Amino acid sequence: MLSTVSEPSLATATQLAAFRFMLRARLLDDKFAALYRAGKIHGGVFIGRGQEALSASIGVSLKKTDVFAPLIRDAAGRLAFGETILDAVRTYLGSTLGPMRGRDGNVHRGRPQQGYLPMISHLGAMISVVNGVLFARRMKGISGTVGVACLGEGATSTGAFHESLNQAAVEKLPLVLVVANNQYAYSTPTSRQFACENLADRAIGYGIGAHTVDATDLSACLETVGGAMAKARNGEGPQLVVATLLRLCGHGEHDDANYIDPALKKSPLGRDCLKFAEEFLLQNKMTDAAQLAVWRSEALREIEDAVSQAQREPLPDPFTENWSAISSEHLNETHIE
Amino acid sequence: MITYLDAICEAQAHALRDDPRVFIYGQDVGAFGGAFKATKNLAKEFPGRVLDSPISEDAMVGLAVGAAIEGMRPIVEMQFADFSTVGFNQIVNQAATLFWRTGVPCPITVRLPFGGTSGGGPFHSQSLETIYAHYPGLIVLTPATVEDAYSMLLEAVAIDDPVIFCEHKFLYRHLKAEKLPSEALPIGKARIAREGRDLTIVAYSAMVHDALEAATELAAEGWEIEVVDLRSVKPLDTDTVMASVSRTGKLLAVGESWPWGGVTAEVIARVASEGYGLLDAPPQRLNAKDTPVPYHPNLWAAHRPTVRAVAAAARKILRS
Ligand SMILES: Cc1ncc(C[n+]2csc(CCOP(=O)(O)OP(=O)(O)O)c2C)c(N)n1
Repeated sequence: MLSTVSEPSLATATQLAAFRFMLRARLLDDKFAALYRAGKIHGGVFIGRGQEALSASIGVSLKKTDVFAPLIRDAAGRLAFGETILDAVRTYLGSTLGPMRGRDGNVHRGRPQQGYLPMISHLGAMISVVNGVLFARRMKGISGTVGVACLGEGATSTGAFHESLNQAAVEKLPLVLVVANNQYAYSTPTSRQFACENLADRAIGYGIGAHTVDATDLSACLETVGGAMAKARNGEGPQLVVATLLRLCGHGEHDDANYIDPALKKSPLGRDCLKFAEEFLLQNKMTDAAQLAVWRSEALREIEDAVSQAQREPLPDPFTENWSAISSEHLNETHIE
Repeated sequence: MITYLDAICEAQAHALRDDPRVFIYGQDVGAFGGAFKATKNLAKEFPGRVLDSPISEDAMVGLAVGAAIEGMRPIVEMQFADFSTVGFNQIVNQAATLFWRTGVPCPITVRLPFGGTSGGGPFHSQSLETIYAHYPGLIVLTPATVEDAYSMLLEAVAIDDPVIFCEHKFLYRHLKAEKLPSEALPIGKARIAREGRDLTIVAYSAMVHDALEAATELAAEGWEIEVVDLRSVKPLDTDTVMASVSRTGKLLAVGESWPWGGVTAEVIARVASEGYGLLDAPPQRLNAKDTPVPYHPNLWAAHRPTVRAVAAAARKILRS
């Protein structure tokens, strides 16, 4: 099932671009983890170690006019879709200049009007929102865009997963649902999550396309995710991509993940997609060690700059905060303290 | 004659005609015209804009939120208010938080056919305005008249925030008016449905009519009852309620939903804390009983406040 190093089949430029986003995401996640350990972050930190190949493949396959609803392990896809490192850092640090202005934090960030949907925590809930954007675009006569929603295998057990996949199928929407089966939902193994052999088989029940991929292999991810997106863009309806990997971190940075089966870590699933991609690029002479070092130091500098900038920026102020949850100011409640 | 139900259908036709961003999505709302016929003929008149949904309340609301982000103004019809609980997550966590989190408004209208009619039983009779009003980020409307059903639904669709539009199933065919209104009180303003000086009854939706009947009954005994129709439970027009209580000195809040917390409790709490000095008797409230809504008419009629119960509660305050 796992591919061994092979000749590059996709444009070298795409591979390199995806790799750079993977690297930037890994370094950004590492920084957030370090800030967390240093007590500099309020609330949790959730990283995507091991999932960068899949996530970056999504981001680079999307066009800027597409729709993207990433989840907690998608730093790579977010960056590739156009999120700046500064936006990510500002959200984690609560800067009022960030997109969430300290009202929401960590992975709950986005810019809805740019097609980048900010996840709510409730798993499965973003899929139908992507459906809605696609549905509205069709009503407005806009064609050729796709929407990607990301999910973990645990979230495939929600009612929202079923409702929204079925809805997308009924409406024949250009939705690509990417399920990252990283073997654990927090601490719950797949044996306690579902009983089917392959989650991709569920696609048959919805009447939609199905794809499976080894998420530790960047080339395979680019090909599969790109192929699924092309189908959706081409009017072939919703596509379900099920990618397999192992989560190479805790559920969040508070979690030492001591429940992960050591055998899985040693299995092919436990391969680190970033290391493997790096080896692949070097072996195929698509890049060299010097170039990799430059990318790494550039990314580190950008991350450090973003952190020091965001740390100097204004934090939310309860006294100047507009404590109103609605946009129609004239309909705010009075007499409430 | 135009019924409350006709008014809702007409308001939607008007919105569809005036604004290309409006569409309707819900179970059986298309060619069939909706379980209650609130979208009768609309699919034919507005092709492609009045669409049957699968039985997926969560995904229905989620789709509406996505469409709103894309600049549309969706109206979602829940077949019965009771089933909106399946879409609760999308309403309270997705729609209600979007603007506050991102600054992007979420102009969706969720229509809830609600309230008791006998024979409906525990799962086709619920009044859910309280739970939605509890959540920041939602506007919750409870029109009591044909005119308000029309004008408030039009305004709901025009508002940039998510609106929970509670339309009472008993009023659908029970209420009739000569014509549709050309002007209306804005949302957020309560209405004095009847003037009086001895006691204020605050009610909303169908209970306004029970309160008015009780007021007529009490008038025969010499009492002059003022009836305030809240129209919108969120925002709640506390000023109008307070002004009424300042004239009467006595307050009875009546609601069809369950007694624990809720709109009537909110009214009493605000008047008690801000208008304590205006009261010359302890304020009282009257709600449904604290059980699921029963099926049989004998039980159903006793479960919700009746005209007789409203009158009795009012007498008790008046004689205190
Ligand atoms: C509806 C819902 N229930 C529970 C949670 C709490 N929760 C957050 S992440 C998580 C595990 C998710 O597992 P999975 O979907 O496999 O994604 P992964 O974390 O492995 O990427 C849980 C249970 C939630 N966010 N949403």
